[in-house]
Amino acid sequence: MEATYNYKVVRQFAIMTVVWGIVGMLVGVILSAQLIWPDLTQGLQWLSYGRLRPLHTNAVIFAFGGSALFATSLFIVQRTCQTRLLSDGLAAFVFWGWQLVILLAALSFPFGITTGKEYAELEWPIDLLITVIWVAYAVLFFGTIMKRKTQHIYVANWFFGAYIVTIAILHIVNSAELPIALAGGSVLKSYSAYAGVQDAMVQWWYGHNAVGFFLTTAFLGMMYYFVPKQAGRPIFSYRLSVVHFWALNFIYMWAGPHHLLYTALPDWAQSLGMVFSLMLIAPSWGGMMNGIMTLSGAWHKLRTDPILKFLITALSFYGMSTFEGPMMSVKTVNALSHYTEWTIGHVHSGALGWVAMISIGSLYYLIPRLFGREEMFSVKLINTHFWMSTIGVVLYIAALWIAGVAQGLMWRATNADGTLTYSFAQSVAAMYPFYTIRLVGGGLFFAGMLLMAYNVWKTVSAGKAVNDARIPEAVQA
Amino acid sequence: MDILYLLIPISLVLVAAIALVFLWAVKSGQFEDMEGPAHRILMDDDLPRQAPAAEEEVNRTNLSIDMDQADK
Repeated sequence: MEATYNYKVVRQFAIMTVVWGIVGMLVGVILSAQLIWPDLTQGLQWLSYGRLRPLHTNAVIFAFGGSALFATSLFIVQRTCQTRLLSDGLAAFVFWGWQLVILLAALSFPFGITTGKEYAELEWPIDLLITVIWVAYAVLFFGTIMKRKTQHIYVANWFFGAYIVTIAILHIVNSAELPIALAGGSVLKSYSAYAGVQDAMVQWWYGHNAVGFFLTTAFLGMMYYFVPKQAGRPIFSYRLSVVHFWALNFIYMWAGPHHLLYTALPDWAQSLGMVFSLMLIAPSWGGMMNGIMTLSGAWHKLRTDPILKFLITALSFYGMSTFEGPMMSVKTVNALSHYTEWTIGHVHSGALGWVAMISIGSLYYLIPRLFGREEMFSVKLINTHFWMSTIGVVLYIAALWIAGVAQGLMWRATNADGTLTYSFAQSVAAMYPFYTIRLVGGGLFFAGMLLMAYNVWKTVSAGKAVNDARIPEAVQA
Repeated sequence: MDILYLLIPISLVLVAAIALVFLWAVKSGQFEDMEGPAHRILMDDDLPRQAPAAEEEVNRTNLSIDMDQADK
């Protein structure tokens, strides 16, 4: 056993990534259809917009994104440290525990069991379960690093390490809550330990750092391994990747207040959030350039290799959204963009363009290797998937850019006598064409995932689970 | 804004922790070689081993050669 890698847990998480991706994105498509046809679910409370929305966000971030991160981090840490995972039992515990959390989330949200804190809607018993699983994951990951056979810790592991530690702190601080069971109430309801603007500040300190460390730092770890591997070339500058890592960590923490511009938050705290957000452009773009320039001298590979297309396009979206984000955090821009569809467009340029596409590319690299195949069942289908995803994202974000700016301008338009030019309902009516384009774009992206599932299914059934991937004997110091 | 008395210290503690980890990384020689690690992951061949049956075949042939030699 000791002389082989643990591929089982990687395989389990890799397959579940595809499954949860389909589930989470399907809920997203239903939600976007509800915006066009509000009576789509016949007024059933369990399928209402307000209850499905947290199901969608949690499913795509923590079930789809989370599974992708577990699969890739546990694969990368083993291959780069040339050692088997610390414990197979702990790995199985992390896998089954995480699936249990996802199932509990899928059950509790439709029934309206929620804390009401964005991206942290799960109630306290599930929060406790997450804490236990996360600690197990941390022990598994860092334990494997400790028993590594190489002296150097590859940069991707640093990114994963920072993500694991930070998410633990964020989760514990933001989920501090009092169950009303303590006062004889329901077991399934709790209230935040913080109140009012204090709670808002903790919530967005959590919320933005979750974006920063879950959806950015961790996926960069994925990028720093799979881009060089798929391109067959070393990262453009290893030194830059190290600088990227430390710079990101030192300055990320205080970008959160940009979610609370023009609120009851003190003005100086708002400005602080804006300044930190603007500074983030530097490390983000450094990292993006580093990834893309890895192909310098081998650009021709982009013509023929659809996996590389996924990875490099993901980096382009990373660059776009890390420029758009700081720009939107500038107070004057935010005055227009806040509360409009532009924000949702921005999130999806990051979530679909960056997070989903880098994960999809990495999975197409990983899955054949986990099932003893040279490559995926059909490379042609990967290419089709790539175009469906890319056109889907572009339709999605372009529609919501226009929608958001239109909304913002309509809300602020005033007549000469100071009255509002448009009623709120008029601005809602103006959204229909854009909502429709968004549904088409999102639907296309979702259909691409179905194509991926078929391709994965064919690859898996033609292959055989690899459980004997040998660890090289000679230590390449 | 009492909450800042919690959040700002947390950030400062974290920055201090990051700085300590960074110093450890420098001292333990993590940044001595800024070229090698990039190439090393490429030398790690993770493609599935080709046709395990053929490999066994080779082993068996070698074994029979060994035995042949032993006979002599």
